[in-house]
Parts: sequence; C-alpha cells; structure tokens
Amino acid sequence: MRYRIIKKEKVKSDKMKKDIILAGVGGQGILTIAAVIGFAAVDKGLFIKQAEVHGMSQRGGEVISHLRISDKEIFSDLIPKGKADMILSLEPLESLRYVDFLKEDGYIITNTKPFENIPNYPEIEKILAEISSRKNSRLIDAEEIAREINSVKSANIVLVGAASLFLDIPLENLENGIKQLFGKKGEEVVNQNIFAFRKGREKTENQAG
Amino acid sequence: MKKILLLGDEAIGQGAIDGGISGIYAYPGTPSTEIMEFIQRSKQAKENKIHATWSANEKTAVESALGMSYAGKRAIACMKHVGLNVAADAFINSAITGVNGGLIILVADDPSMHSSQNEQDSRFYGKFSLLPIFEPSNQQEAYEMTYNGFELSEKIGLPILLRITTRLAHSRYGIITQLSKTQNSFSVPKDPKQFILLPAIARKRYKSLLEKQSLLQKISELSSFNHFIVGKDKSLGIVACGISFNYLMENFQDSELPFSVLKISQHPIPQEKIKKLYDESEELLILEDGFPFVEEQIGNIVGIGKKIRGRLTGDLPRDGELNPNLVAIALGIEKEKQTNFPEFLATRPPALCPGCGHIDVYNALNEVMKDFEPQRILSDIGCYTLGALPPYNAINSCVDMGASITMAKGASDAGMFPSIAVIGDSTFTHSGMTGLLDAVNDKSNIVVIILDNSLVGMTGGQKASGDGKIDNICLAIGVEKEHLKIVVPLRKNHELMKKLLLEEINYNGVSVIIARRECVTELSKKKKLKVIK
Repeated sequence: MRYRIIKKEKVKSDKMKKDIILAGVGGQGILTIAAVIGFAAVDKGLFIKQAEVHGMSQRGGEVISHLRISDKEIFSDLIPKGKADMILSLEPLESLRYVDFLKEDGYIITNTKPFENIPNYPEIEKILAEISSRKNSRLIDAEEIAREINSVKSANIVLVGAASLFLDIPLENLENGIKQLFGKKGEEVVNQNIFAFRKGREKTENQAG
Repeated sequence: MKKILLLGDEAIGQGAIDGGISGIYAYPGTPSTEIMEFIQRSKQAKENKIHATWSANEKTAVESALGMSYAGKRAIACMKHVGLNVAADAFINSAITGVNGGLIILVADDPSMHSSQNEQDSRFYGKFSLLPIFEPSNQQEAYEMTYNGFELSEKIGLPILLRITTRLAHSRYGIITQLSKTQNSFSVPKDPKQFILLPAIARKRYKSLLEKQSLLQKISELSSFNHFIVGKDKSLGIVACGISFNYLMENFQDSELPFSVLKISQHPIPQEKIKKLYDESEELLILEDGFPFVEEQIGNIVGIGKKIRGRLTGDLPRDGELNPNLVAIALGIEKEKQTNFPEFLATRPPALCPGCGHIDVYNALNEVMKDFEPQRILSDIGCYTLGALPPYNAINSCVDMGASITMAKGASDAGMFPSIAVIGDSTFTHSGMTGLLDAVNDKSNIVVIILDNSLVGMTGGQKASGDGKIDNICLAIGVEKEHLKIVVPLRKNHELMKKLLLEEINYNGVSVIIARRECVTELSKKKKLKVIK
C-alpha cells in the first residue's frame, strides 16, 4: 500500500516537543529521573506522557521508559523509532540498546559506570568508544561527581543536570521538579540534590561537544 | 480544572473511587497490580471505607465482587489477562445472573508478553459471554469509562468488561477527574431468583441476555467512545481500536489525516458505523492491539468484497503489540528500517536478586539432582521462574498458576522419578492447594518445594493470602507430619537442604519442603522506609 501524505507546512518554529528514552538496569532508579523531568514539565504547564516498565524485567534486567513532553496533546505512549531527541542512560551499555529510537541529530547522554550483572558484559573501553564515536554524545561519570560533592545518592540527579542542557525546560522548573520529588525528605536533601543537579550541568557544559 | 498525573492503572483506580465503588477485589498480576495498590494508598478510599484487600486468586476476586453487586453495591474486580482464565467460570456466569449493584471486570492484557506466558486477547471473553466491552484509547478515557461504567452496568443489568493493555496501564498522563458519586446503599436483588442458575431459571436468564444484545448494539452505536472522523481521501478507511488510535494519530502530527477513521473503544462493534466506512472507502485497514478480533468479525458485518487489511493479511504482524512505526509501515508512509547495533551489545535478562533465598534452594537442588536423570523439576509462576535461566537452569516448566504440583503428580503417575514441584507461597494458595489434595489422595510419589518468602514477590511485595498459614494448610490437606519439612534457605544451611531433599525424594509418597525466608528486596525496602520515618 502506498498513500500520498501531504505534509503540513511548519506552522510554528518555537513549538516545544522533547522525546526522551530513559534507559538503565532494573533497580537503578530511572523512574526518579522520569519523575524530576516530568514534574518540571508539568510545572511549566506542558503535556507529558511517560511509559514505564513494571514486572519481571525490574529484577535486574534491561529497563526503558519513554518520556514525552510537548506543548500540545500527545497521542502515542511510545516514542516512534527514529524520533527520540535524547537517550538518557544510567548505564553505558544500556545507552546503546535503544539507538534505533534516536533521531539522527539526537543526543546520547550516559553515565559511564558499568553495571556488570551478566557474565558476558563487554569491555567497557569498547562501549565508551562506541558511544563517543556517535554524533552528540556526552559521557558523565555521575557517581564520581556525586562523590566529589559528598552526595553519593544523587548520581541520578547529576545525570538530570547533564541532560538539562538539551531539554528546553527552564532551570527554575527543573529545580522545582527536584523540590517536588524530594520535598518530603527535608530541606537538606532538596539542597543536596539541587547542588548535584547544578554540578552535573556545569561539568557537561565544560565538555567539548 | 485540575489535572493529576496518573498511571493508566491509577486512573482506573481513581475512576472507580469517584464512580462510587464500595469494594475492589484483585489478585496481583502485571500489568494490573497498580489499580489495587492505588486504592489501598488512597486517603479518599479510606475515608469512604472502600473495601480493598487482595484475594487468594482471580476467581475468588470476581466472585466476591459479584457478591458485593448482589448486595446492591458497586464493585470492581481486577486481574491480568491470564487471571481471567482462572476467573472464567464466575465471569461467564455473571453475564447470565446479571448484576444488582454496578460491576466492572477489569482485565489488563499484555501483548508482546512483557511479563506473561501468552498474549491472549480478553475481548474474546467479552464477546463469548455477550457482555459490553470497553477498550480505552488513553488514560483519560480509562478514567471516564470506569467512572461511568457502574451506572451503565446497573442500567443494563450486566457486568462490564473493561480491557486495557500494558502500555495504557503503565503510562502516565494528566487526568481530569470528576465529582465523586456516593456509594449505593445495601439492597438485595428485586428478583429473589435472579442469581439461582438452575437450568429452568438459567434458560430464561440466558434468553433475556440474548434479548439485551440489540440494546447493547444500540448503546455502542451511539457511544461517544466510538467516533467517526471523515476524511477526503476515500482510497482507504481505517478502523482503529483502543490504544491503536493513538499510534495512528501519532503519524499525523505534522500532516493532515487524509482518510476516514472509525475509532472503536466500545463493543459490540458499532455495525452501522462500520458499514458506512466500508461503503465509502475503497479498502479498509484494521488496527488493533491484541488478536485480530474486529478483523475476524468484520466480514460477517459487511460481507465479502473489498480488501480488508490487518494482522491476518500480513500488513501488520500477527503477534506482538503495535507501535507508531508498525502503523506507519502498514500505511506505506514509512519503510522498515534496519538499525546497526554494535556487535558486542549483550542482552541483560532479568535475574534473581542478590541474596535471594530462591538462589540457595536452587544451589542445593542442583547438586542433589546431579545424581538423577535430568528434567525432573516442574515449576510455576513467580520470581523463582527465573531459575530456568543460567546460571541455575534448575527448572523444566512454567505453565500456569499451580501447574507445578499437578504436573509433577501426572508425571509421577507416568513413572517419572524423582518428580519434583517448585512453587511459591502465593502461587500455592492461588491454585496449588487443590492439586496437593489430589496428590495426597493418590499418595503420589512427589516432592513439593514451597518457596515461602511471605509475600507476592514478582509484582512488588503484596500481602500473600497464606502468610503464616502454609504449614497448617499442608497438614490439613493431609500431608504427613513426618514429611512436612521446614528449612531456612541460607548458604549455611546448604548441606541440611541437600540432606532433606534427598531424604524426601527417597520417601515414596507426598513430601512438602517449605523453604522460608523473607524476600530480600522487600526487606530492604521496609528498612529504607523505617529510616525515612
């Protein structure tokens, strides 16, 4: 079957639409990242849809979440292949698992620390070289940055900071997202995470793209 | 109006609370678990004293919900698709009895088998039992269908099947909620014989169910969930069921949708609308997540003539869930693409958590079994099914809830020795107990290992129905005291476990070994919670 589809003229150039694949290993906490960005998007008054994985694969298997943000109604819960603006990954091997979702000029932003729970885990140098060889990639040692600021539990948020450079969501909204997520745990935890967020952003800004 | 960000499952939970339920009954199963969990957490549900506890299995859940309906109140029963097989007896007969208070049966299908043994399409059960079926296209519709479903159920006097799929269940979206309805007051059915399905009465009730079909057809035809979008290009007409409507629309974000589309989210199929689409279009494309349910029925409605494309014609894959790309390919606006993944990309299958008691049991079992012929272990559904994967390769079956014990019995009857069943505590009380009774009555030569982690592990640590009762259940069923052994699966007990296993394998009769240690993952969650508090 072949039908002629007439493309609409691009109406607005300033429209907001970000499709993000979140990747990691079950139990690493990709849903924390999804929650921060999700809250921030809602704070900005945007639409979001976020599909996540529950059940069997949460037991140490590969996990993926589709996070979609837009200024208009979102239809599909799944990001179409070849359309994602970003792969944001908590684990380097996992960042490569979903490259079929990525746009040609999309970003791969990944933590560099391997999570080795399989016997045939590839050589980490090979993985990092492969990621670096791709257009628009950023490698972040989120654990190390979190350790430097004495906040080892904030590695996920360091990564959100790194991603924030390419999200088109104002910093204020993102920091509100962090406040909303950690608010219950007290001011100290909130401040620690905001600091981690800023550090992640700063370190990535300094990376040559 | 305020929007709240909810998972599809949570939207259904909120819809049920706002729709005036007095109770929810469910057995945990991905992707349906979060409905009950949401209602259990809900302050509003607590204030309204909504009954919300886990049932022993899906059959007891549907029957309890039907009982609440008998007493005039609104109820919802929730399960995953294979759970409806367990509940089928109650479900199908509830169509004959009808309802008193509004009743929704929520079933979450899992196309692509993300966390399941098959990808059966529950809509067939709805058609089979002649009940109205709802399949929401998004989370907001799921909320509304639940919210209004109880009233409709009372109006037509029948339960309603609400069918969702994994993607809808586990995706978050901003939901606009409505004012809460008050719960029904207690009342028994007006007709005292309504629920007595003796043949003479059942025949009458079945006739009345058949007579209601034209009313259901009319309601479906007028339903706002089934709507017709007129397109200029008549070369194709598209039928988009449930969530597939979104996958279709996703492809027309930057371009005009040229074709007419019939979105179907309520069954029976709106026949007039289908006929209209068929008459106007040169050919049809049927999009549906699950089996070719509408595709198979459509010939009976419109006759044979024009081309009808879908999963049966290979325009869409016959199995697995749909996505925007598959729809684009079927429309001819995108070609199948090959991605070059790096060669070294190893898969990462799920695994038993470090420190899990099941690991200690499998280590002991594997050593003992070295001295016997291979493939003697029948197992079941739960975290421990991961024992089928390397490095354990410890079990040889996983079929349906409880099948380990009964299959071990049958295999033993056929002469297999040793014949060993491995089953979890929650699976045991779900559907294993009855099989154990069969084995005891026949004095079958089997060893049943019950992995008791005191909760439902795979779905996230829900309360297990048999918590603290497993030993007594086994004894009451008739397992001999001398052959009911309890052990703590820890590395230090490795030799003890091996000894027990060997002893019981060599006993000619039913033995039960309970390996009891709390789930490590849930234990650490509990500890974390304590620290925060």
